[in-house]
Amino acid sequence: MSDSFLIGEAMTGGYGGADILKGCTIAVEEGEIAVIVGPNGAGKSTAMKAVFGMLPLREGAVRLGGDDITALTPQDRVARGMGFVPQTSNVFTTMSVEENLEMGAYLRRDDIAETMEQVYALFPILGDKRRQPAGELSGGQRQQVAVGRALMTRPKVLMLDEPTAGVSPIVMDELFDRIIEIARTGIAILMVEQNARQALNIADKGYVLVQGANRFTDTGEALLANPDVRRSFLGG
Amino acid sequence: MSVEPLNALLVLTNFVIVPGMAYGSQLALGALGVTLVYAVLRFSNFAHGDLMAFGTMATILFTWWLQALGVGFGPLPTALLALPAGIVAAVAISLLFDRTVYRFYRAQKSPPVVFVIASVGVMFLLNGLTRMIIGPDDQRFADGERFIIRARDFKTMTGFDEGVALRTTQGLTVVVAIVVVIALFLFLNRSRMGKAMRAYSDNEDLALLSGIDPNRVVMVTWIIAAALATLAGVLYGLDKSFKPFTYFQLLLPIFAAAIVGGIGNPVGAIAGGFIIAFSELTVTYAYKRFLGYLTPEGWSPEGLIQLLSTEYKFAVSFVILVMVLLIRPTGLFRGRVI
Repeated sequence: MSDSFLIGEAMTGGYGGADILKGCTIAVEEGEIAVIVGPNGAGKSTAMKAVFGMLPLREGAVRLGGDDITALTPQDRVARGMGFVPQTSNVFTTMSVEENLEMGAYLRRDDIAETMEQVYALFPILGDKRRQPAGELSGGQRQQVAVGRALMTRPKVLMLDEPTAGVSPIVMDELFDRIIEIARTGIAILMVEQNARQALNIADKGYVLVQGANRFTDTGEALLANPDVRRSFLGG
Repeated sequence: MSVEPLNALLVLTNFVIVPGMAYGSQLALGALGVTLVYAVLRFSNFAHGDLMAFGTMATILFTWWLQALGVGFGPLPTALLALPAGIVAAVAISLLFDRTVYRFYRAQKSPPVVFVIASVGVMFLLNGLTRMIIGPDDQRFADGERFIIRARDFKTMTGFDEGVALRTTQGLTVVVAIVVVIALFLFLNRSRMGKAMRAYSDNEDLALLSGIDPNRVVMVTWIIAAALATLAGVLYGLDKSFKPFTYFQLLLPIFAAAIVGGIGNPVGAIAGGFIIAFSELTVTYAYKRFLGYLTPEGWSPEGLIQLLSTEYKFAVSFVILVMVLLIRPTGLFRGRVI
């Protein structure tokens, strides 16, 4: 596992006070979907932020494609090919859909038209609403803009913090379908999910975190079949 | 139809509409600077009035130097030639204060109120600097042709009893304001840097995640704000006169304009500038002559019919400011709530 494409290994750290993460390890391969689930306060989002460099680590390391990136800022990680979609405030509400995508590609100096067309092909509704301010879109459409913005850098890893929070079950299924499509293009996907059962369904790999440490790690299918996981985390 | 109502309209045009357009343009340019700093740096910059004074002072000194060399700009004021130098001086001092004052508080992630108080300090420094260099007195630096249309020529041309005068500085102010506003909007909506500024203003964290360099955004914001401040100050000084204290006082109508329109919103700043300018002028204008044309013979009012004496013009901005904050704190164009 230590030669995974992206790995946060034995991560320990917190926001100043007590450690939130206690030796937690998260890894994902190219073209794979890894899902982090667990009860509230387990440190799921914190683990993701640590992988992205938004949380100082006391111990442990983050490696991307074999390189140690523990000391890099989030911005530098974006330049290295990591895309991050925050859970909230993840679009520029006063800017149009198209401008949101342009800002996603801010670091790129080459022609972004092709990538933009790919995003519109993935999320056709965004193409129809390209001139509309992102703040006027529905919750599900905003999430599509947020994912689209992160895809504009042509990342190798896409990290999603609860992409289906607050959207209807139909929209959730739709989003998961799109995420599978993105993974098929060879992008590694790491996401935190509240809707554990549905998320594990599409996951190649699942991490169950409890109190900042790994409790179960297995394929999504195996976790869904594991009676302990079912009883404790999936409601039977 | 009698010509009386037309004469009434001409009086109003001459004393309210033409000066209001010029004053409104000057306030709009000032308010644009305040609103941009607010949108990107997230604080109300109390030093903006004195930044206007500083930039104008630099322009005046350069104008005098050009005049001493015998350089002129034909019918246009020489100050226009000196304007770039004034802008450079204002930009330089803004970047200096950003480096020495505001950057420290940005690194500390200080709350906006700390920035506001720091900007009051910068205001006093700029204020003192300007007075030390050019003195506290009135300076006139307008030259070139004074009028585009003289009231007397207007009367002989049209045959009306009332004339409409258009001073060069008034025409110039409106033209420059239109050009600058169009350029600014093209920059904000079309250019990569302009969009990055809007993105940074909209959602700072997401802008950082997109790789937008905050230091560049802040620098460009100061450059634009200082250029707008100098422009507003020079146009105001050409139109009226330059006195450091007057520029400090302009802070109130400028803030009122930015807030009425919705602070952080450039369209709002422009609308707000004209709203404040016309409110001030219509409330402090003496309607005696205007009504004299509209009322029947012998009914002409004896008093000045002036709602408020001109000394109280700042009360107008202040009342509008308080009313907006009470009734619609986001302003007309839904800016941020302060």
